[in-house]
Amino acid sequence: MAQETPKKVKKEKIPRVAMPEQEPEVRARNFMEVPLGYTPEMAVREAQRCLQCKKPTCVQGCPVEVDIPGFIGLIKEEKFTEAIRHIWGKNSLPAVCGRVCPQEIQCEGRCIVGKKDEPVAIGNLERFAADWEREHGSGDLPPRAEPTGKKVAVVGSGPSGLTVAGDLIVKGHDVTVLEAFHKPGGVLVYGIPEFRLPKAIVAQEVNFLERLGVRVECNAVVGRTVSLDELFEEGYDAIYIGVGAGLPRFMNIPGENLIGILSANEYLTRANLMKAYKFPEVDTPIPHGKDVVVLGAGNVAMDSARTAMRLGADRVRIVYRRSRQEMPARTAEIHHAEQEGIEFMLLTNPTRYRGDDKGRLRGMQCLKMELGEPDDSGRRRPVAIEGSEFELECDLCIVAVGSGANPLLTESTPDLKLNKWGYIEADPQTGKTFKKGVWAGGDIVTGAATVILAMGAGRKAADSIHEYLIRGW
Amino acid sequence: MFKIVKREEMSEGNVILNEIEAPKIAAKARPGQFVILKANEDGERIPLTMADTDVKKGTITVIYMVVGKSTALFKTLKVGDAYQDVIGPLGKPTHIEKVGTVVCVGGGTGIAVLHPITRALKEAGNHVISIVGARSKDLLILEEQMKAASSELRICTDDGSYGHHGFVTDVLKEILESGNVDLAVAIGPVPMMKFVSLMTKEYNVSTMVSLNPIMVDGTGMCGGCRVTIGGQTKFACVDGPEFDGHQVDYDELMMRLQAYCDDEKKCYNEFCMLEE
Repeated sequence: MAQETPKKVKKEKIPRVAMPEQEPEVRARNFMEVPLGYTPEMAVREAQRCLQCKKPTCVQGCPVEVDIPGFIGLIKEEKFTEAIRHIWGKNSLPAVCGRVCPQEIQCEGRCIVGKKDEPVAIGNLERFAADWEREHGSGDLPPRAEPTGKKVAVVGSGPSGLTVAGDLIVKGHDVTVLEAFHKPGGVLVYGIPEFRLPKAIVAQEVNFLERLGVRVECNAVVGRTVSLDELFEEGYDAIYIGVGAGLPRFMNIPGENLIGILSANEYLTRANLMKAYKFPEVDTPIPHGKDVVVLGAGNVAMDSARTAMRLGADRVRIVYRRSRQEMPARTAEIHHAEQEGIEFMLLTNPTRYRGDDKGRLRGMQCLKMELGEPDDSGRRRPVAIEGSEFELECDLCIVAVGSGANPLLTESTPDLKLNKWGYIEADPQTGKTFKKGVWAGGDIVTGAATVILAMGAGRKAADSIHEYLIRGW
Repeated sequence: MFKIVKREEMSEGNVILNEIEAPKIAAKARPGQFVILKANEDGERIPLTMADTDVKKGTITVIYMVVGKSTALFKTLKVGDAYQDVIGPLGKPTHIEKVGTVVCVGGGTGIAVLHPITRALKEAGNHVISIVGARSKDLLILEEQMKAASSELRICTDDGSYGHHGFVTDVLKEILESGNVDLAVAIGPVPMMKFVSLMTKEYNVSTMVSLNPIMVDGTGMCGGCRVTIGGQTKFACVDGPEFDGHQVDYDELMMRLQAYCDDEKKCYNEFCMLEE
């Protein structure tokens, strides 16, 4: 009697759990966060999709090497407190990273599940763990080493500075963070909009560091209020510079100083740090364009465009000189922008602005472009199509074409070595600069990059600073 | 918090002096530099060039005219109250050296900014002739202080209620005609700086002006304070606030200062109604 071999029971395939979001037509007009977060059930379900690889490739994709299968395994077992503690070992800003990291080119981009199916939603799970701890957690602090008596000044309270502060405080050092603005958080506060990263979350991350013992001193413009050498004279043993790039680039085309042309830095600082979207409830105004053009196609451009939509624009257009493929923004941001009705004018480059007799922007002249040979960045160089000039109407233009090195601190510190673009020269492995006792990392070393890369640089520098404080330069 | 230790009203209550506790800034500040003040959590960041500093007391002094919601809010602060944030010193200090004869021209609250620069120029060994102007006698500020800081002081009022009846440029012309002026410094309303600069250019006298465009961070990060100097875009917060008066595009500056005009009016009117 032939026995029927039982068919191999195929493991049920769980589709990637989508994170609930505000509906596009609703959220395009408010400043509340777009993705609403996982429920515990959703998180556990998504965690079950992780294969728990023995040699996890996702971790290789993470600039701060979070043990991804480790924390996902804990979520799967509903050990949420343990999960967040596990993440903290490598990442002091998980609520931020879960929201703003470009996971698709990092951890999720390397996920094995993603080879045939959609990758495990690592970012969403990281965010879930951090949010769960914030809302339900014990508030217990990680253990702190015995005080070493060494003092460290961290210049800038953006992602790299906060990482350095968090790493060094638990190692027992005395840490003071100096921030030029009146509020700590750097780009997390002035740059990234509320609807992508609620400011209450940043405040909580900073508060967490303060509870660990980090001192945060705002309104301290290093380079003006105090110099690096004066900080050493005040008794600091080591200094970390994480001041960001912070110099807006403009197009340098005629008419750029018309009213209604703002750098993305200015526009977003007004909206985010100064909360000008609440004007006149708050005192800082912001221009409300009806027909808005944003130049550039990075994350900052998407943030600017989506902010303009929320401030009541009838039409928002991204004008970008290359094609869709070269757009530097995260896929999720481009997707969100499109859902919210942002239009894309690709292969288009402005050549001059046009204003009225009051000096207010009324439009711009653009050229159509086509892609030529690859340039230094490996992307195909946009080339103007002759005779393709055309006029574009607009009453507000946000210039989001990148940023350069702000010279405020470096000019006042002549013994820091700079590269030809004005960024600080630092050892890529340790963050050590050419000035003794001074480290640097993040955008002021690499040029404008991402939150997580700045944090990665902060992590390496913190290790090196710790070694220096224990063993010497 | 930055406590107000002294407060004075001048110019019929439209101009306010605040001496503020800010020891770190006082220790570092030099003539020509500015601070950014913010009254409270929802306040606007307002740049003001310092009128004085006292290192021993650890204080800085600012003098401002009430022109909108934010300055009206500042005006409500009494001695013992505090600004939530004061940031500085920002901008490049005035280049002070002995050049010979200097004419310092000030109008409105610009006189407050001009005062420490005048004093420093005189202390550096220059012969300093100051010309200060106001619409009328009662609106003139810092007469005594300017007198003490200068070698000679000339006063002008638009209505003739005090000193020369007319504009500062009338007196300036007279002095320039006499020859041997080596440097002019002009600080005041933009049209005043524009006409002073046009006149000194005729006489080939190099001229320094201090600009106060719309600003947010004051550290070169936003570019809101863009001004055109000799055809090139500069950021007043880090490249200035002082520039070669003959190179400034004043018309553009005047236009850019109107950027938020309607919003400011609305906000100010609402605030005034609430105060009443």
